[in-house]
Amino acid sequence: MSNEIEVSLYVLVLAVPLGLELVRRVSPLLHTPLMSLTNAISAISVVGAILIAGSGTAPTLSKVLGCIAVTCSTINIVAGFLITDRMLKMFRKKEGSK
Amino acid sequence: MTEAAGGVWQAAYIVAALSVVLSIKWLSSPVTARRGVFAGEFGLLFAIIGTLLRQEVVSLEWILVSMAVGAAIGVPLAYLMPMTAVPQLTALSHAFGAFAAALVGTAEYYREPVTGFKMTALAIEIVLGFLTTTASIMAFGKLQEIIPTRPMTYRGQNFVNLSLFAFALALGGWMIYEPAPSWVFPAFTGLALLFGVLLIMPIGGGDMPTVIALLNSYAGAACCAMGFALENRLLIIAGAVNASSGFILSVIMCKAMNRSFTNVLFGAFGQVQAGGTAQVAAKPVKSATAEDAAQVLASARKVIVVPGYGMAVAQAQHKLRELTDALTKRGVDVEFAIHPVAGRMPGHMNVLLAEADIPYDRLHEMEDINPDFAEADVALVIGANDVVNPAARHDKNSPIYGMPILDVDKAQTVMVIKRSMNPGFAGIDNELYYMDRTLMLFGDAKSFVGEIVKELPAVG
Repeated sequence: MSNEIEVSLYVLVLAVPLGLELVRRVSPLLHTPLMSLTNAISAISVVGAILIAGSGTAPTLSKVLGCIAVTCSTINIVAGFLITDRMLKMFRKKEGSK
Repeated sequence: MTEAAGGVWQAAYIVAALSVVLSIKWLSSPVTARRGVFAGEFGLLFAIIGTLLRQEVVSLEWILVSMAVGAAIGVPLAYLMPMTAVPQLTALSHAFGAFAAALVGTAEYYREPVTGFKMTALAIEIVLGFLTTTASIMAFGKLQEIIPTRPMTYRGQNFVNLSLFAFALALGGWMIYEPAPSWVFPAFTGLALLFGVLLIMPIGGGDMPTVIALLNSYAGAACCAMGFALENRLLIIAGAVNASSGFILSVIMCKAMNRSFTNVLFGAFGQVQAGGTAQVAAKPVKSATAEDAAQVLASARKVIVVPGYGMAVAQAQHKLRELTDALTKRGVDVEFAIHPVAGRMPGHMNVLLAEADIPYDRLHEMEDINPDFAEADVALVIGANDVVNPAARHDKNSPIYGMPILDVDKAQTVMVIKRSMNPGFAGIDNELYYMDRTLMLFGDAKSFVGEIVKELPAVG
């Protein structure tokens, strides 16, 4: 096993329990915003899409697919964050107060 | 590009990873939640800028154009959808994200020959990406009711699905063994796409909260696999956090229905009792008018409202807020009981009630409020059905036996607003409706609540 893969596996092994722990603490009140927020964050795969679309060496087919992927993940990012914020703006505690 | 510039993108990625983690941490409480969204946006921004600065990225024009197109579609999508349509929007957004992940995998595959570990990661990314794409589109169709929400089943369905999946796995294994592009790759993607469709077909609308959470998890896992394929740890962290989020939510949803994962995915809920509804329909129920209901509510001290998907469909949350205000003014204590699987996605009811400006400290989780029903004068059920069915506690033959429910039947008076006596989505009859203390209020939830509000000043 190469060194790179080993490090990646360590990262995974630490990130999974961290994610589980973080999400367990989220109040059920906010489960819908949680889903749309994580939905937006999962579009971080835009990184991979940009790397392909902007690559100087990739064949045209790959670049075209990369550009489509950039568009799709941008939709995901924009829609995900905006809807989350729209929802969270509505949550307020007491009459009159913010 | 120089060494120093190389350091810039790596630093940006580290900031991005930290922001993603903080984003979810801040979402834990409504007080800090908006900061969480900001942190998430900040993280994504850093990830994108960092990537654009990398020396591998030589041409920017098409990337920027593609992003502009994406933003032009995404912004109206987020602002034009009504709040009741959040589950659909989330499903659609999943479809786009997963499709992007799948396309990156495909592009990567056709870019240069890959082998071994990287090919394995790519195959996982591609299969999860494509199956989540079609599954999300199917879920969108069911939530938008373009596709019938009823489970679609046929004999041997599970066998067909499982063998299809096994076949896809075999092809995946072949690709890892023999990675040169051939007919295997298109067949593999085709199977993944088909499997996504078949996976959602037998799942009913009531199980959507679990399924959406599960799809969220798959999208995260695809992102994580991409991280392994590209040796990008930012993607691994974000993907893993995401996958675990979706996973936990779907486990919570399953628990709230007392069902296992396999049962949700392969059980085709709601088919079981289709025949059992005819003979009970003849039993007498007590129905009441808006005026009667207003009278009962006005003389109550404590009212617990139980909203369900029916409230969302009728868009009754704003009228409900008027009713809450009117009753509160009269000194009635009005609280809301939220079942974990009420609605079509986790937390759906909370969002709708928040939209109607009902303060969130009035919204209570099932475990917290269940003991209070015994002291409540009125339990007002609006568009909820299975989550208040007492059969879940004692009737071993009921398909929902064992599912934790809201104990509305313990309240002094139970009022149920319902369109008609037609059994709910799952087709299970509800004995709650035939109790002596139950008043059935037949009509559209929105207009009926409106009428109660109108009648209130006339009473006492």
